[in-house]
Amino acid sequence: MKNRKERIDRGIKARSSDIFALLSWREMLYLAAPRVLPVVGCLVLPLVLGAYWQKVLLSVAVFALLAISWDILAQTGMVSLGQALFFGVGAYLSGVMNHYWGLNPLITIPIASVMGGLICTLLLLPVLRLRGIYFSMVTLIIPLILVRVVEATKIFGGTEGLSGMTPLPSKWIELYLVMAVLLTALFGFRRMMDSDYGLVLKGINDNDRSVINAGINIYWFKAQSLFIAGALGAFCGAFMTHVYMFVGMPVFALDYSILPIAAAIVGGPGTLAGATLGAFILVPLSEALRGFGGLRIVLYGAFLVIFIVALPEGIFHYLQRKYHQFERWTEVEK
Amino acid sequence: MTAAPILQVSRLSKNFGGVRALNQVSFDLKPGELLGVIGPNGSGKTTLVNLITRFVKPTSGSVLFKGKKISHLPPYKIVRLGIARTFQMVKPFYHLPAYKNMIIPLYSPRMNQLAGGTYGDRDAVALDLLEEVGFERDAYVAYKVAGALPQGYLKRLELAKAIALQPELYILDELFSGLSLAEVASIVPIIEKIRMAGKSIIMIEHRLKELFRIADRVIVMNYGEKIADGPAEIVMADEAVKSAYLGTEAD
Repeated sequence: MKNRKERIDRGIKARSSDIFALLSWREMLYLAAPRVLPVVGCLVLPLVLGAYWQKVLLSVAVFALLAISWDILAQTGMVSLGQALFFGVGAYLSGVMNHYWGLNPLITIPIASVMGGLICTLLLLPVLRLRGIYFSMVTLIIPLILVRVVEATKIFGGTEGLSGMTPLPSKWIELYLVMAVLLTALFGFRRMMDSDYGLVLKGINDNDRSVINAGINIYWFKAQSLFIAGALGAFCGAFMTHVYMFVGMPVFALDYSILPIAAAIVGGPGTLAGATLGAFILVPLSEALRGFGGLRIVLYGAFLVIFIVALPEGIFHYLQRKYHQFERWTEVEK
Repeated sequence: MTAAPILQVSRLSKNFGGVRALNQVSFDLKPGELLGVIGPNGSGKTTLVNLITRFVKPTSGSVLFKGKKISHLPPYKIVRLGIARTFQMVKPFYHLPAYKNMIIPLYSPRMNQLAGGTYGDRDAVALDLLEEVGFERDAYVAYKVAGALPQGYLKRLELAKAIALQPELYILDELFSGLSLAEVASIVPIIEKIRMAGKSIIMIEHRLKELFRIADRVIVMNYGEKIADGPAEIVMADEAVKSAYLGTEAD
């Protein structure tokens, strides 16, 4: 006799999948809990954390947004190794507007997000035809080029950078602004990727010839996806410029490219929620390991490997499966 | 008086490096005609389709659709004009239910051109279209994940994607390959229905018996050249065709 594990949908999943969910509180809670929990969590966390962990929370949210931005691109078939490009362009735009023209951060951040999205789309427009690793390589190289441009031409403060930016009015505005953007982006873009429009974007990833064969200009759709991802990344950069009150060459650092990818992979790619969850695990983990000094990176790397080997599907997919399904062993005839 | 041809292919050629995949192929297609394209493997049939739909750029020659030159347009614009093709290798969106695969053609800008607006509920239209090609609604086949469907259904899904675009000209690339006799028999009526609606069809096939039953005219390709053109029985009696298919006798 052989045993086989089988997965079966929980009864409550079927019961809550339709209008019948309204029949009882339990079914309604089953539907609402996964949606309400992150919202409440994001709104309450800033209140309960100390000053140090509040700062960590800012960087968690920023990396979550960068990971969402990466995931949207990846779902459209463009694997980016250069989230730092989006981040850096947004940071410099906002910094320049604030430093030279004295604009208020609440004005520079939205303008830098939209302009940043446009600039990144235009920069990558010529390589939209490239697929797979070829596209990735270009995204990796462009931020490296921009760093050298800033260094060589000494524009925008050169290697010194620009400092003395206006901070946001208060730390509460900082915290709740970034949380609001994170929640809106998470739920909004999740909905978008589930719509027919999102299906076309995912179709480009799966089989772009088939999408062209429907009379759809895939480059136009790729550009739109690039703009969305670029604007999200540029928001992060613009926001952090006013948090650090500084903008300089480090905004194009490799960290901003690699950490979001790690967050999305550990959390579970293709869901946006996984990317967010990944950032909420990896960034605090990296902070908590600070006590280990030089061993920090070793331990961090070890944790990454453990996550990826133990749960290759991603933490979010694992949790989602456990939530909707149960497993049991059944006997299989020889 | 004969009707103006819907598709005119003239002196179409394609070189892949030093290999001449297609050499000076010309033919006309009348509206409502079903043209079969046959030939041994590697004779340039799929290249011909790729050049007409411009998934591949022609080296020389031109293609006219309804009197207008299309051989300089990008492929998505050619689809919008009313040419839909199926692919020889069916590659559906594997993790999506079959009916969700239909959403992408239903999202096409061609829908706007035809109806002056997009469909409100694409899911419902998708299920209707799939029922037309034989996805039995009662059996819930259309709700199954595309990756779990047998080849016969995948081919029908591919055909339904083309039908969704309501094209004037269908180009079906080896639709019958890999199907059982029964499955072919169930697809033939769908093609006949398309013909009855007055649409033109180009069919690339290896299943000659089934093709000859429905084709008005057949083109035979060999080594990238058109070696015969005409009704099936006349073409198959041609010496050049016989030698292409069976090989010449050794001396």
